[in-house]
Amino acid sequence: MIGNLDHATLQHIWWLLVSVIGSLFLFLTFVQGGQTLLWQVAKNDTEKSLVINSLGTKWELTFTTLVLFGGAFFAAFPLFYATSFGGAYWVWIAILFTFIVQAVSYEYRRKEGNLLGSRTYEFFLLLNGSVGILLVGAAVGTFFTGSNFVLNDYNQSTWTNPLRGLEAAFSLFNLSLGLFLVFNARVLGAMYLVNNINFSSLPELEQRVRRSCLVSFICALPFLLYVLISLLIVDGYGFDAEGTVSMVAHKYLLNLLSMPWVLVMLLAGLLLVIWGVVLTSLKSGTRGIWFGGLGTVLVGLCVFFLAGYNNTAFYPSKVDLQSSLTIYNASSSHYTLTVMSYVAFVIPVVLAYISYVWKKMNFRQIGIDDVTGDKSYY
Amino acid sequence: MDAIDLNMVTWAKAQFTLTAMYHWVFVPLTLGLSFLCAFMETIYVRTGNEEWKRITQFWVKLFGINFAIGIATGIILEFEFGTNWSNYSWMVGDIFGAPLAVEGLVAFFLEATFFAVLFFGWDRVSKRFHLFSTWMVAIGANMSALWILVANGWMQYPVGMDFNPDLARFEMQNFWEILFSPVAISKFTHTTISSFIVASMFIFTVASWYLLKGRHMEMAKKSIIIASVFALFSTGMTAVTGDSSAVVNYETQPMKLAAYEGLYKGERGAGIVAVGVLNHDKEPGDDADPFLFEVKIPSLLSLLATHDPNAFIPGIEDLLWGNEAENVMGVDAKIKRGKQAIEDLAAYKTATKAGNDDEAGLYLTRFNVNESYLGYGYLNDPVEAVPPVATTFYSFHIMVFLAAFFLLISIAYLYFAMKDTLQEKKLLLGIGFFSFFLAMISSQAGWVTAEVGRQPWIIQDMMPVAVGATNISLGNVQATFFMFAAIFTMLLIAEIKIMLNVIKKGPEGGI
Repeated sequence: MIGNLDHATLQHIWWLLVSVIGSLFLFLTFVQGGQTLLWQVAKNDTEKSLVINSLGTKWELTFTTLVLFGGAFFAAFPLFYATSFGGAYWVWIAILFTFIVQAVSYEYRRKEGNLLGSRTYEFFLLLNGSVGILLVGAAVGTFFTGSNFVLNDYNQSTWTNPLRGLEAAFSLFNLSLGLFLVFNARVLGAMYLVNNINFSSLPELEQRVRRSCLVSFICALPFLLYVLISLLIVDGYGFDAEGTVSMVAHKYLLNLLSMPWVLVMLLAGLLLVIWGVVLTSLKSGTRGIWFGGLGTVLVGLCVFFLAGYNNTAFYPSKVDLQSSLTIYNASSSHYTLTVMSYVAFVIPVVLAYISYVWKKMNFRQIGIDDVTGDKSYY
Repeated sequence: MDAIDLNMVTWAKAQFTLTAMYHWVFVPLTLGLSFLCAFMETIYVRTGNEEWKRITQFWVKLFGINFAIGIATGIILEFEFGTNWSNYSWMVGDIFGAPLAVEGLVAFFLEATFFAVLFFGWDRVSKRFHLFSTWMVAIGANMSALWILVANGWMQYPVGMDFNPDLARFEMQNFWEILFSPVAISKFTHTTISSFIVASMFIFTVASWYLLKGRHMEMAKKSIIIASVFALFSTGMTAVTGDSSAVVNYETQPMKLAAYEGLYKGERGAGIVAVGVLNHDKEPGDDADPFLFEVKIPSLLSLLATHDPNAFIPGIEDLLWGNEAENVMGVDAKIKRGKQAIEDLAAYKTATKAGNDDEAGLYLTRFNVNESYLGYGYLNDPVEAVPPVATTFYSFHIMVFLAAFFLLISIAYLYFAMKDTLQEKKLLLGIGFFSFFLAMISSQAGWVTAEVGRQPWIIQDMMPVAVGATNISLGNVQATFFMFAAIFTMLLIAEIKIMLNVIKKGPEGGI
């Protein structure tokens, strides 16, 4: 069945799958957002424990989704994996570093003999939620602003900027996308905490969390607007039937116009996030996370679709246009994409058991009783 | 191809060694303890005995502390293929990426999802669902090992693929051949089952300490019974899978097999060195004796590797310069053919670029003749194909010796624990206390044997390590090396301190 699909169709399917995984990751960064809210909303040890234990049942999902994102790129678009990770070395290493320290922080923060003290582990969580997500945004930003690499006849890359990827953080566009993601993660984090924590007897904490959702959203807005407006006016990297890459005026605006459903998704996504914020901050709802989450996924998908579909080079090279990566020239072979497409049938099963366990574990909200005495896990 | 900074390659290798070995401190415990916890919880659910619940929770707590740092050290390995081995990632990504993606999808999510239930779910879900989750964590952890070991097995024995000269990469032709390659299967079984020993030995060490101190005696004895049965089963299976590793090594990596035994001159009825000290001045091709001292068991190597005591096992020198009588082709001949392959590939690319299709077709036909020696074309001197013999030899022998110790200590522990006299055997407990540390040494030595023994190849016969590296300057790789060394060491110290605190405290409710 899948074996009959042509290579180009499979390449489109895999760009879709990578986009879905990336967008789900952006939704799951509510964990990172929650980590950066910790020092603002939690004023004593009990409140801190509530926040940490609430996020603590979910952090591994975000982490694993990031790992899968890397793995899926490796399997489906290996030339991107090789060029970007080896080339934009420091930006990826810095992101990884923040995730390495995050992985131990939940478990070690309150354990006796943890060497560094709980404040250090809380700082690690803050670092992961701020610098980590900012750099993820900067790295995604290079899908539009381009990078500095050249490929030789054997498809081996040479990076031409000595900063090895950190230069991505010095672009206003990349930086804005990064900051938008940081604040959006905080919006989602607040929504999740409101959904998962039982605030009875802690009205002040509830008020602080609900307020932080709105404040973070307001902070995110200017960066979002800057990113959106830039995308509508900048020239982009397109390619023709022969695969020759050139600068195309208003490329991303053209993409939106030729794929109007992406525009619909973008607007729907933004409205959903706004509705989630309204529910969380202005009304006393607890279901904002589902609207905010779905909205984030939709906006994320638009970002990836604009970058990779409609004959657009998703990983452009500023220094040598013809080295730019497209979903056609960076992909795996027809055979490998076919095999991986069969494997992808597992995705609904995975999503099903994740939702089932999520429902079972979050059925009862987490309250003070769950974090006092011996009962607190983290 | 561009010139490669060999010094940088050395640092990149060192970094991979560092991060992989750190990761491997925690992984065997995860693989084995997850099953041990599942066994214990099964007993709890079946008997309803609360004591077993507290025993399970105690080991789950230690499991959790170890699990976190296992994840922290693991993420870097997945991305390190890209950061430090970019050319490798491109040239084999079409094959190597798939198992990594499958690992994430089918194994990591299983672990990540059910791990939350394992730690937080005691009061939130039913007993049976909690037990189910514990089993899912164990299965997920071991499934992730399957996929990464399939990937590793493919590097040792590249099958199911073909070289695409237009894109300059290897492409997958047969997924099943890669998944069920004999090397992948023996890697997976040998590595996971030997990890069960490591986890059992961890329980031996902690429980021995309790018995010596006269604390938590009941829990210690019960845990030892479970662990020793698991260890006995695993030691037996590890020996069987170890033997099948020898057979596939003979067939697929004869140079590695020769290095295990310090065998320079091939022979019929080759023996195994039971105890030996290598002569470090020995060079391939000279007349010096490879050993300063050795005790050999005759014919055993031939028997283990081929199941025929009189079979010919090629030595390092046969493999380097060939042995016509035994039909062994030398590395020197392979280098010539490999260099021809590289030349023809370059000529093919030039002709294609110039639009000269006839000429391109001619070069391609010539390239295909020597394609399977491609990797040898990057070597200049045959001796570059010899792995560090001393490291391979000693690590292999340390691993095997210690395996015998695990068998003996497991038998003794099971016997005396069943007789309920183990707590009186102070000397035995004193020895048993060191089990985990020895198991860790043995497990690490196993990886050293497998990975040092296959040098200089990143893909056996197809690509030397240096060709796979990223085009990056030395300073960057040095900086990240020290960064990872510092952070992992710090986290390891924290982990050990936390573990010791938990062990000192003992299980909740004092059993």
